[in-house]
Amino acid sequence: MIDYNSKLNKNIASIQTSKIRKYFDLAAKMDNVISLGVGEPDFLTPWHVRQAAISALEDGTTRYTDNLGLSRLRQAISDYLKRFALDYDPTTQIIATVGGSEAVDLALRTLLNEDDEVLIPEPCYVCYDPITRLIGGKVVSIPLSKENVFKLTPAALKAKITDRTKILILSYPNNPTGAIMEQDDLEAIVPILIENDIVVISDEIYAELNYTDKKHVSIASLIGMKERTILVGGFSKTYSMTGWRLGYVCGPPPLIKEMIKIHQYTIMCAPTISQIAGIEALVNGDDDIKRVKDDFNHRRNYITEAFNRIGLTCYHPQGAFYVFPCIKTTGLSSDEFCERLLYEQHVAVVPGNAFGDSGEGHIRVSYCYSIKHITEALKRIETFINNINN
Amino acid sequence: MDKLLALLNENARYTNEELGLMLDIDPIEVAKAIDEFEHQGVICGYKPLYNWELAYPNKVSALIELKVIPQAYAGFDAIAEKIMHFEEVESIYLMSGSYDLAVQVVGKTFQEVAMFVAKRLSTLEPVQSTATHFVLRRYKDMGVELINEVKDDRGTISL
Repeated sequence: MIDYNSKLNKNIASIQTSKIRKYFDLAAKMDNVISLGVGEPDFLTPWHVRQAAISALEDGTTRYTDNLGLSRLRQAISDYLKRFALDYDPTTQIIATVGGSEAVDLALRTLLNEDDEVLIPEPCYVCYDPITRLIGGKVVSIPLSKENVFKLTPAALKAKITDRTKILILSYPNNPTGAIMEQDDLEAIVPILIENDIVVISDEIYAELNYTDKKHVSIASLIGMKERTILVGGFSKTYSMTGWRLGYVCGPPPLIKEMIKIHQYTIMCAPTISQIAGIEALVNGDDDIKRVKDDFNHRRNYITEAFNRIGLTCYHPQGAFYVFPCIKTTGLSSDEFCERLLYEQHVAVVPGNAFGDSGEGHIRVSYCYSIKHITEALKRIETFINNINN
Repeated sequence: MDKLLALLNENARYTNEELGLMLDIDPIEVAKAIDEFEHQGVICGYKPLYNWELAYPNKVSALIELKVIPQAYAGFDAIAEKIMHFEEVESIYLMSGSYDLAVQVVGKTFQEVAMFVAKRLSTLEPVQSTATHFVLRRYKDMGVELINEVKDDRGTISL
């Protein structure tokens, strides 16, 4: 009998499987489950984008591309990013990746040595911590609070910096909190980052889903930051293209040059057909972005107010497509709340602590659903709350 | 208020409260705006969008192309108005291109529609010719796809 544990890489062995696994399993056994749990848009990829991919297939566009990605795609990414006051050279500063996730992986693997410290403000998307650990880096969490509307403050940042700090991972607009960092918020942390020679990996996958009157601001657009920022972007959330697995990473040429080594040996290139679709999305997809954003904005207003009305306080998030209501008044932990809600009312949401310990006391609720669906789910949640209170 | 119209166009049965929540305005303001739209004639009515084949499987619908001679001083308006009063006529548009008026007509049978065209439309003095096209299947109506039910295959939870 082989002892497989003895064969495992010590870093992979130390990583836990996702905390939400048990909810998958529970929900799969139940009927009539209504979910507010998914992290992807309910819209299909716009038809003109799908059509571009179909035409490319018909034309026989089925081969590898340049490791960096099609030059037309990189040019389109470069042109697109100008709307955020970013100027990246498509030949030396951009790689098309397999989703934003690969971009994060590339960035961390390119930069990290054993025991380098990575600052990760939490709650946040779930991949940063395990990828850092896989490489042997040390995760240093920065707990964020709803009092600061889940923004990273200069004080919270400073408190966690040591001699070994190498990277800060910023992820705004944020999954799961829906928080954003505006220009002032970013400018307040820039001097600290420069003074401490910290590289920022800025995951801006939700950049287009900013519901304020102002446009999303990338930290890379601020003075002194482009040369120390690795920008991660993608198509999944912006153009409802989750299954196409297409993203990109932009950064200083010396870093991109190293990242491409990993990418070319592990991936070769992002899927060609997805790259073709990506070009169409970037060039002709602005109306799609507006339509989807308007729709999400209506749902955001609706669901925030609805949660507040049933007694789960919920700040009005400014970005992404999640709300992050506080459930502390119920006396239940996030896990208990989600498990009981699933058992008793057949509603699936995600416990806040799945995104870091500071998410405890909250639930992540996605509004990637129709108003009718959201209304039904909220009725059940209200019944659940009333049953707890009585 | 464009956003209010867009939401009503998406679903005219949203309540004022739902609309107010979505637009982040007071439901009383929503009611006022809708009243105003109705008063101005911007909103002319509310109807369900039904799947014709399921709701009225035996009803027949046709698009009639009409070539007409415009009348002095009234152009196409006088003849269009005359035609629109027939209760069989669902819609009528003045068109650019090879014909002038597009008329959508409904009836109980093909025969009934054909006879309406022959007896009521063709006989009008300005009408020069007609071409009747029966609707065989509706794939999309009023922006809504009527075939291929869209399934949510996203699963229950993803991060």
